Amino acid sequence: MTDSMVRAEAVHKRFGRLEVLKGINLEVKPGQVMCMLGPSGSGKSTFLRCINHLEKINAGRLYVDGELVGYRQSGDKLYELREDEVAKKRSEIGMVFQQFNLFPHMTALENVALAPIRVKGMSRSDARSRGEQLLQRVGLGDKLGTYPMALSGGQQQRVAIARALAMEPKLMLFDEPTSALDPELVGDVLDAMRQLARDGMTMIVVTHEMGFAREVADEVVFMDEGVVVESGPPAEVLGAPRHERTQAFLSKVL
Amino acid sequence: MATSKLTEERPTGRPEEIKAVPVRHPGRWLAAAIVLVVAASIVRAIVTNTGPNKGFEWVWVGHYLFDSRILHGVVATIYITFLSMLIGIILGVVAAIMRLSPNPIVSGASWLYIWFFRGTPLLVQILFWYNLQALFPTISLGIPFGPAFVHTHANSIITTLVAGLLALGLNEGAYMSEIVRAGIISVDEGQTQAAQSLGMSRLQIMRLIVLPQAMRVIIPPTGNETISMLKNTSLLSVISFGELLFAAQTIYDVNYKIIALLIVASIWYLAMTSVLYVGQYFIERRYGRGFSRAERATMRERWLALGGGRR
Repeated sequence: MTDSMVRAEAVHKRFGRLEVLKGINLEVKPGQVMCMLGPSGSGKSTFLRCINHLEKINAGRLYVDGELVGYRQSGDKLYELREDEVAKKRSEIGMVFQQFNLFPHMTALENVALAPIRVKGMSRSDARSRGEQLLQRVGLGDKLGTYPMALSGGQQQRVAIARALAMEPKLMLFDEPTSALDPELVGDVLDAMRQLARDGMTMIVVTHEMGFAREVADEVVFMDEGVVVESGPPAEVLGAPRHERTQAFLSKVL
Repeated sequence: MATSKLTEERPTGRPEEIKAVPVRHPGRWLAAAIVLVVAASIVRAIVTNTGPNKGFEWVWVGHYLFDSRILHGVVATIYITFLSMLIGIILGVVAAIMRLSPNPIVSGASWLYIWFFRGTPLLVQILFWYNLQALFPTISLGIPFGPAFVHTHANSIITTLVAGLLALGLNEGAYMSEIVRAGIISVDEGQTQAAQSLGMSRLQIMRLIVLPQAMRVIIPPTGNETISMLKNTSLLSVISFGELLFAAQTIYDVNYKIIALLIVASIWYLAMTSVLYVGQYFIERRYGRGFSRAERATMRERWLALGGGRR
């Protein structure tokens, strides 16, 4: 069990009466990149948000790095984790959002340096120099003092990636990172993610970028209506889908 | 044909700038004339009134404008405005956060506080706090329902200053909490989620992420509240607190130059609210950081903008 980074066992999630996840089983090994595809409303984003406990699951078990998400098990009883324990676990998982969610009242560098200073207790100067390095790594070394509003969508998303990396996460979650971008800006963000995958980061990427999935993913998962319809290596799922729902979806997207 | 001729003359490049005869606006001229005539007659009435009351007595206005009692009143008005707003803002933030709490007792308490202090007139609250010693002759500090450590007579604590601060501060807190709550709600949910995903605590998220952004929404109405507060301090004259209006009243109770002294007070109130307008402008800029594409303006541009009147 400990040799998987993320492991989902029959994960269910309801919003009121609406069941969004109907028993998700999957596993991501350390260093793997998993791409999740599927029509909107299929539960991909919800599943991603369950992994860092932004949403509570209603049934099943979800493990990150061998530990239950959001709970502690003692005997056959589950205990909810305290807020600070949840926060500690979240700090080890990076998340990148569709809408970037940069902090608009802080410069690019301040966005990146904030959490290391406040959550990890890193010194200001260390956090700043590390932030500068990370922003350089995503190609924004000249935008340190710029506020998000003055950056393009692609630049904002790369700042968001650097911000997540600043916490030195063991797992990165990407929630449709390029869906809100103009087509010409998508490339830079995907390049940054490709680089990250090459460096051995474990990643779960919800995306509609088939090219990226084919090239970078170790495993592709196709979801529809709250269940995993099909999963496997990209060549199989994207190249020769077995399930007709996957075929129908891919024929529309490709 | 005119059009084809134009295009023939300038076949390539930018077309000629449009120079059209502007539309006449006789209505605007008429409205301006009416306004000017009315304004002129008001000014004339104020300056030259020599009726049975001997007019507004501008000489007395000049005489009392910098009277030491008036100046003391001005200072008292400023500090009670400042302190009451400080109490109001702190209470407002606390009440707003309590109001948004998932705990029903906590949010209910906040609701009750807001309901009570917004639902009763400020003047009544001022009189209430001032007369509190009638209801609670002694005030004790200690464990609730347990032993008390300090006993004291209420009227030695509830001075006019404390009564005034309690009344204005508590009342303001109720209004501020609604303003702060609106500000907090205005911040996008994604901001909280991003901060959560970085492992920040609820308190850190509120203090470092949400409140600074809420400020942009909170500041303009808070400026208005401060201006209202400055004027509402005059209500404290009913409990003989020595602010500006009370100082003016003390003088005209003796010499009956009522209108002159009310004008003196008004001039000071206007001067103080005008200063607040300027302060508000700078604070709004400070918290507007990152929300406008423009780089930060230079000092010179700020002064020019002041003249231009952005709001």
